[in-house]
This record gives sequence, C-alpha cells and structure tokens, in this order.
Amino acid sequence: MSNVENGMSKAYKNAVTALLFQLADDELLYAFRASEWLGLAPHIEEDVASSSIAQDSMGHAVMYYKLLEDLGVGSEDDLAHLRPANERKNSILTERVNGEGYYMETPQYDWAYHVVRSYFYTQAKKAKVDSLCQSSYEPLVEAAMKIRMELYYHRLHWETWFKQLLSSTDVAKEKMQQAIELVMEDFGDMFSFGKDKQAIEENNLLCQEEALKASWKASIAPVFAKLQIEVPEIPETPHLNGRNGEHTKDLESALATLSEVYRIDPAAGW
Amino acid sequence: MTGVLAMTEEDQMDRFMERIEAGEKIEADDWMPEEYRITLIKLISMHGISEIMGALPEKEWVPKAPSLRRKLGIMAKVQDEMGHGQLLLRVAEDLLKPYGKNRGDIMQDLFNEDLKFHNVFHMETKTWADAGLIGWLVDGAAIITQTDMLKASYGPYARALQRICAEEVFHAQHGEAIIMALAEGTEEQKALIQEALNRWWEALLMFFGPASKSTTGSTKQDATIKYKIRTKTNEDFRQMFFDRYIPRILSLGLTVPDPTLHYDEAEKVWKYAQPDWTEFKKIIRNEGPRSQERLNLRRHSYEHNAWVRDALAAVVN
Repeated sequence: MSNVENGMSKAYKNAVTALLFQLADDELLYAFRASEWLGLAPHIEEDVASSSIAQDSMGHAVMYYKLLEDLGVGSEDDLAHLRPANERKNSILTERVNGEGYYMETPQYDWAYHVVRSYFYTQAKKAKVDSLCQSSYEPLVEAAMKIRMELYYHRLHWETWFKQLLSSTDVAKEKMQQAIELVMEDFGDMFSFGKDKQAIEENNLLCQEEALKASWKASIAPVFAKLQIEVPEIPETPHLNGRNGEHTKDLESALATLSEVYRIDPAAGW
Repeated sequence: MTGVLAMTEEDQMDRFMERIEAGEKIEADDWMPEEYRITLIKLISMHGISEIMGALPEKEWVPKAPSLRRKLGIMAKVQDEMGHGQLLLRVAEDLLKPYGKNRGDIMQDLFNEDLKFHNVFHMETKTWADAGLIGWLVDGAAIITQTDMLKASYGPYARALQRICAEEVFHAQHGEAIIMALAEGTEEQKALIQEALNRWWEALLMFFGPASKSTTGSTKQDATIKYKIRTKTNEDFRQMFFDRYIPRILSLGLTVPDPTLHYDEAEKVWKYAQPDWTEFKKIIRNEGPRSQERLNLRRHSYEHNAWVRDALAAVVN
C-alpha cells in the first residue's frame, strides 16, 4: 500500500487532518455559543454586529470542514454534527456555556464573559491565522488569507468592548475581572496541539505552540498596558486538553443541540 | 404673506391633507396632525418591536439548524430581522421626540404590555419545519402588507420599507428552500411540513387582522388608509395571500387544513373558514401560546444586561 496519496504522504495527511479538526471544531463551537446570544445582546445594534461575527466564524468552520471533506475524511455535515464529544478537538474555552440556563428558556448569560472569551479567542485566532498564511499546506494558506480579512473587524469589535467595559463603572470592572479569571482557567489548551504537536510542528503546518503564545501576548499587551492591568498567565498545563478529546459536560449538551435535527436522518437532504 | 407660523391649525391641516392627496412625502420635521403622528408611532413602533420579538421564535432553531449551510442561512436571516427592528425603531424614535420619549420608553411600553407585538409571533415552534414555514409563509405574508406601504406618505417609513422588503424577499426564498428540501425528502420530512402548515394555518389567516371592526371591536386600518400610509384593507391582503400561496402550497402536495376553502368564480374571492377570532383577541392581549414566555425572555435579558448599558453610558459621559 502506498503511503503517498495525492502527492501527500500518509503522515503529512494525518498531520493536516489533525490540525484541521482543531481549527474547525474551535470555530464551530465558538460560533454555536455566539449564536445562542442572538436576540439577547445588551442592545439591538450589538445584536446585529455580534451576530455578524458569529456568522463569519460559522463560515470559517465551514471552510475548514470542507478542507477535511476534500481530504476524504467525511462529509462536512457529518464531521460537524455526528462526531461524539471524545473525538472533538476544540479548546475547552469554546465549548463553555454562556452562563446559567438553557437558551430555549430564560438564560442568565454573562455579557462580560462573552466579551472576554471573544476578545481572547479572536486574538488567539489571529495568531494562528497569521501563521497559517505561511503554512506548508496550500489550501490552508488560501483559507487563512480569506479569514484574516474578516478577523480585522472582529478584533476591533471585541477590543472596543474590552476596553470600554474595563474603563467604566465598578460593576463592569468587577464583572470583567471575574470573566478574565474564568476565561484564563480554560486557556491552557488554546495553543496546544495535543498529541499531534510534533506532527503539526515538524510539517510546518503552523508555527510552534510557544511562538503562538508569544504572538498572542504581544498582541494584547498594549491594550492591557493602557488599562493598567497585568497580562494574564496562560496555564502551563491545561486541566483538560480538548485537543486530545478531553471535554466538559458543556460540550455534550452543545453537540446534542446543534445536531438534534440533523440526527433525525443524517442521510436525508435538509 | 402668511407664514407657516401664522397659519391656524385648520389651515395647516388643510395644507397637510393637500400634500397627502398630492402624494407628497411627509418628513420627520414637517408639521403633521397629532392623529397622523400617533398613528405612525403606533404602527412603526409595533412593526419595529415585532421584528425584534419575531426574532425569538426563529432564533429557537438557529443552533439546531440541520446543516452547516442552513446554520449560516438562518443566522443571517434572524440577524436581518434584528436589523429591521433597529431601522424601524430609529424611525419611531424621531416621531417620539416631541413627547420626550426614546427607545428605552418603547421597550418599557413593550414590557408594560402597552405596546403589542404582531400576533403571529406569539405562536409556538415545534419542529425545524416551523422555521422553514415562518420564512416561507410568514415572511411571504409580510411582503404582501409591507409592499403596499412602500409608497406610504411618511417618507422615513417608506424608505425603511424599501430596504426591508428587499431583504424579506431573500427570507421568503430561504424559507421556501427549507420547505422544498423537506418536500423532496423522506416521508417523515414531508409529514413535518404538513404538520407545520396545520399548526400555522389559523395564525397565517389572523396575520392580516380582522376584516372589519365588527370582528374584534377595533382596527387601525381606517386612519392608515385615510392618510395614505397604506391603500388596501386587511381582507384585500388576505385574498392576495391566497392568490399567491394556495397554488404553491397545493403544488407541494400539501393539504390546506380548511376543507371549505375554495375560489368563488362568481364573486372572484376566496371563501374560507374564519379563524377563531376569540383566540385572536386573546393573543393581542398577550395571552397567546407563547406570549408571556417571549415577553419574559425579552424583559429578563433587558434587565439582566442593564449593567452593560449603564457601563456604556458612563463611558460616553
């Protein structure tokens, strides 16, 4: 049996697949959580703006799942909807609920948490996407170029919220500080490649984990300096590593909801 | 020379009605009779708030949409509805200025239940087919009533509607695409659309409001026609809806849940069983199937996020 397919060695293809799952699952879960806010944002203009960001992120998820489909891994919808929690590679942060309560009832979502999660996640995404523009895998380079254009506006949006809420009322500052702590507790696997670290790094698909962390810190440092707060430390070892399929109960409930209709009949056209 | 300031109220009214009759557009800063202003405020704030409340039933299906492409489609659709709400509330806010009121007051009126949202958005959604049917037939119904107001005498509203109607056409196509996929699908999927149609039929008839005052005791159609905000009656709209959608519904192999429905060739009208107007009266008193749940969700999220608006106001000041 040949270990080269489409001019690609089996090891290389495995590394690309592993990375694509991490990228795709991150975007799907982030977009899913953001979409739960629809209709419930603090004001109408924000509802429209953040919904736009959620859509873009879902669009990015689609791009990554499509690349997996092109590699023959499975159909994009099966990959997005049917894989069980222990096969998902998203970071823990992206799967976390927005707050107490189910979106179909009267949820108590935390806007401070959404702002901090979105800001930190978007900056992490920027670090990755910049590096992906130099990836050895050409289809990823093309995807990253497109994503980078939209990312500019997402960063601007969340950075504005982050700065405003941290320079406002005491209530807002306190809620934001609590949110920063909560988000950082889950940040340990954000830049991790899990057990695929060596394969991803050696094949030059993306720069090394440590370089991504440094890039993230450098991108937020000026904002933190202006606000006179310390740049938070990224946990050395994650309490759970989503890149290795370790997850919280929050992911299971998210997957149950996002695949509820598709699972009625995955073979049918919807 | 008689300046506008020297004109009596009667003269102003005469001049205003001449402008209306001549098809001129009235702008936000123009003189207008109180009745016109109040009619517009009621109509436009209700329309705006209905777009926002109308996002809630569909939003229930956003996270559950059954494919990545459908997820993208319905997210964009619900976002548009919120955008329409924003656009319309801005128009309403300008009209409210002389009363010293703003958007916060509109929200409070909704919460106090003084301002009502459209009767169709009080209904429950049960399956994905409801999400498709809302886009296809509820937005389809909205296109019919809103297109009639594209030439409304009030300029800011007419211009907002230009943009809204253009987007509503995409929404109806989005809804129709969902319904078509189900109609071409498995027996189970086909059953979902029939059930959705059965569930929504009466709500679709009620969408246009009662034919005359005698049904429910009041209707806003008289003042809106007098001031050329709209041209057709509730019943005209309902008949247009039948004309446009009955053939499409039947062509999908669906059954209209009204065995008496037929086109009367002699009278050139559709004959149909009246929906339960007692139920309609309950709905417009916020006693519909999901009225209180949706109001509570909106009230609660507004109160729960009050600290954010306070924080933003503090930054601005």
